[in-house]
Amino acid sequence: MRPVGAILRKDLLVELRTKESVPSMAIFAVTTFVIFHFGLDRDRLEGELAAGVLWVTILFAAILGINRIFVAEREQGGFDGILMAPIERTSLLIAKAGALFTYLLALELVALPVFALFFLSDGFWEALPRLLVVAVLADLGLATVGALLASIAVHTRARDLLLPLLLLPLTLPVMIGAAAATKPLLSIPLETSGVGKWLAVLALYDLIFGLLAYAVFDFLMED
Amino acid sequence: MEVEQAEPAQVSEGEAGTEAILLREVTRRYGEREALHAVSTSLEAGRTLAVFGPNGAGKTTLLRMLATLLVPHAGTLRVLGSDLPRESHRVRPLVGFLSHDPLLYRDLSGRENLAFYAQLYEVADAAARIAHLLEATGMTRRADEPIRNLSRGMAQRLAVCRAVLHRPRLLLLDEPRAHLDPEAASAVDGLIGPGSDATRVLVTHDVEHGLAEADRVLALRAGHVAADAPAAHVSAADIRGVYGGAVA
Repeated sequence: MRPVGAILRKDLLVELRTKESVPSMAIFAVTTFVIFHFGLDRDRLEGELAAGVLWVTILFAAILGINRIFVAEREQGGFDGILMAPIERTSLLIAKAGALFTYLLALELVALPVFALFFLSDGFWEALPRLLVVAVLADLGLATVGALLASIAVHTRARDLLLPLLLLPLTLPVMIGAAAATKPLLSIPLETSGVGKWLAVLALYDLIFGLLAYAVFDFLMED
Repeated sequence: MEVEQAEPAQVSEGEAGTEAILLREVTRRYGEREALHAVSTSLEAGRTLAVFGPNGAGKTTLLRMLATLLVPHAGTLRVLGSDLPRESHRVRPLVGFLSHDPLLYRDLSGRENLAFYAQLYEVADAAARIAHLLEATGMTRRADEPIRNLSRGMAQRLAVCRAVLHRPRLLLLDEPRAHLDPEAASAVDGLIGPGSDATRVLVTHDVEHGLAEADRVLALRAGHVAADAPAAHVSAADIRGVYGGAVA
């Protein structure tokens, strides 16, 4: 775990210094909420529409961070430095997924209150604890698959195009699960039935794609 | 061209274990293009192999294979007693690579970069080791500035620190004195020069300097071995003949 901690600390330190990813993701999310606010011409959303607006915005904002997660390694030569080090190469995947997970949590720290401000009348605080559980499980899936796909896309010239093309279909189950689990939480009145089932779907996705990423990452990093 | 006839390394199985580096008919391709074709050479531990050749001759490809970053597509590659790529995990802790890129993160300071690599290599007493290397390269005063604020020469000095941080037994040096002024070149000499005790593979276009430091010379042209001989048997004029104006 030492290399994972070292790479993760390095990534978070670089992000703190450069502020390249998280602020862009947060500004993108807030801007998108503003566009939805005026585009839908609605002051209040609930149920599936609210859940859809929230998770589509978070997914698209996440793409910005995922796109840049390996850029420092690529542009500053860190790939060679890390690949030559006597560490398990999956340490790099776990650290990058950890960094993305942290970015997503930071994004949601901004995005959720702004979303509530724009679209929810009341019940946000009541729904928040369960919403956070949904967010954590969805973020785990996005971070794992995002780190895996970013490691492939970063080696291509069309990185910005390739990543969304690969990411969107593969994260469809996360979006379905997160939106379905969020829908009852943003209904008026708040419901909790059915949330557990979708949380289990999200957890299963995280497990399957986590194992898949762990299994193939070494191969992807081979010359 | 008066280059000594290429003599592919003839190393028996019994001797192979004593060689720090052994290449036998190593070929490496990028798509259809052969970057290295049936390259053979060998180097004893503690010696220096100088690699010469025009741009595109395959020098960097050779270094990257020795650094475990590229795999050979044919032939046998043995480094410090381990077969590559099968036993790369054994070789990686023992190799220090000074490449074209300093492999340093621009937004971190020199000290932070070295501390990061020290963690990856599990360097014992890392803080003292880093302080010693910074002192040796004259970088103590600028060690806490982000790399992006430093000149290329200063970044190169820090890259030398990174390459030797874990006390490697094999140093892979790609134009190690690039961007260094004479004083800085002299400062890093104790770490990566002939007195470093490590086995060295030195890629350089500085023919006189390379020959002076080499025990063995490998000259490449268009991925083929143009010369492979003890340094004493090769003259600077021979090496210049390899360049010959032809760029692969």
